[in-house]
Amino acid sequence: MISATDLRLTFGKGTPLENPALRGMSLTVNQGEFVTVIGSNGAGKSTFLNALAGEVMVDSGTIIVDNLNVTKLPTHKRAGRVARVFQDPLAGTCEGLSIEENLSLAIKRGQRRSLGTAVKKQYEEQFRESLSSLNLGLENRLGDKMGLLSGGQRQAVSLLMASLTPSAILLLDEHTAALDPKTAAFVLELTKNIIEEQKLTALMVTHSMKQALEVGTRTVMLHQGEVVFDIEGKDREGLEVKDLLELFETQRGLSVDDDSLLLG
Amino acid sequence: MLSNIAFYGAVETGLIYGLVAFGIYLSFRVLDFPDLTVDGSFPLGAAVAAVLIIEGWNPWLATGCAVFAGMAAGAVTAILNVKLKILNLLASILTMIALYSINLRVMGRPNIALLGEDTVLTPWYSLGLAYHQVPVLLFAIVIFIALILLWRFMKSETGLAMRATGANPRMARAQGIATGAMIILGVAVSNGLVGLAGALFAQSQGAADVTMGVGVIVIGLASLIGGEAVITPSTVVRALIACVVGAIIYRLAIAFALNADFLGLQAQDLNLITAVLVTLAIVLPGIRSSVVSKFTSKKA
Repeated sequence: MISATDLRLTFGKGTPLENPALRGMSLTVNQGEFVTVIGSNGAGKSTFLNALAGEVMVDSGTIIVDNLNVTKLPTHKRAGRVARVFQDPLAGTCEGLSIEENLSLAIKRGQRRSLGTAVKKQYEEQFRESLSSLNLGLENRLGDKMGLLSGGQRQAVSLLMASLTPSAILLLDEHTAALDPKTAAFVLELTKNIIEEQKLTALMVTHSMKQALEVGTRTVMLHQGEVVFDIEGKDREGLEVKDLLELFETQRGLSVDDDSLLLG
Repeated sequence: MLSNIAFYGAVETGLIYGLVAFGIYLSFRVLDFPDLTVDGSFPLGAAVAAVLIIEGWNPWLATGCAVFAGMAAGAVTAILNVKLKILNLLASILTMIALYSINLRVMGRPNIALLGEDTVLTPWYSLGLAYHQVPVLLFAIVIFIALILLWRFMKSETGLAMRATGANPRMARAQGIATGAMIILGVAVSNGLVGLAGALFAQSQGAADVTMGVGVIVIGLASLIGGEAVITPSTVVRALIACVVGAIIYRLAIAFALNADFLGLQAQDLNLITAVLVTLAIVLPGIRSSVVSKFTSKKA
């Protein structure tokens, strides 16, 4: 379980570019929930994810992950509990390292690293098995450099790496946004399967309202650094994009003017 | 042409600079950390070893201390960068300048002669090899051991974490790697190797001098880049072998240039030749590939 309480963060405090990114953001995600997060540009989606991951430190508020207060911990000290897939397909893997080296890095996420050999024989079977679930033929290319793979393939491997060891939460930051539609659909399907099979707790930021409603068990909309609505279960079933927009307007007395949200 | 002694001399220095190239490979290539500390840690290693040998220490123990001194210097540079957020290049320049004073303090004077002292080479002269072959044999053994150790380290869990730190720090952090600690460890090991090179250089040349570090970074880079031009560094072990090969080729090229009378070059032209060689090593592979691509595009 993760709970974020009253997170506040302002970028560029005291400068003309002062930008309050989080203004009292609170959200609790229970074990096994798959939450989709939507919001227009500047709503604070990415900042919220970065705050959970430890890439940015909040000015105030608390973040609890599995009963541990991680608010002040840097990224690498949270990594054992927080797994992550980035938007940029090139960001989640090291192109200079082989596929098995990348997976070997991920299998030790959040653990002490020894002076023993990194790519161990005993991993091979597990690596092959999880890679073959991608149906990309990568199980026979363990020694290939990551840089030889396409963006979609690399994002699929990133996803695999994030789910190789258990975590309290999996953060997905618009991880299909930089892919072509066909590949994006493949990676999204893969995401659903992995989360379902391993019963992961996940938080997925997306730019598409349609996707936000189709995937996951709960949808949260952010606006100006706060949660504007939070729907799950029966309320969420059969909901369409136009219902979401209505919900937003009645809640805030505002209309959505971000085309990309409507078209996505 | 090159005399036999000049040839062995070039290989001997090449092997020592191979250690420097290992260090520079670690900082520049693995960690993506442009580190100029080596201009200070090379003479630091020499100074520490020379002073301790004069004091009557076992030369291997003295050399070991030189390694630790080099590591400490590297750690200072990395800490200035990681903890105090000083730009990596500037941090290394600050340490390098500071080391100039420190090296004078360590030695107490600008240079120390080791003539007649027992060095790591002394026991090897009784093996019956020619005088100029002994250092080549010993330094070849040293660099072989260093290569194996570095290679094993790069393949270890910690080594892999270090490679990820340099290649993709954001991903490394997300995998729970303490990137700051990795940079400190890596730059320390890098300068430890350079300290070792300095200590061996002083013992093979018979003296430590406070100015002997000038341009070490450029020679190391020349070796690294030259080696990479000859041996494609597609794996760690190839990259490490490229460092050694590059360093030996570089020293041989310098020796040939200085020995070729028709060029009219003299010892004082060394740094100019180095700069020209480094420029060529950087530019030539690019020209070669553009020529190749012109040919292939014509065919297509």
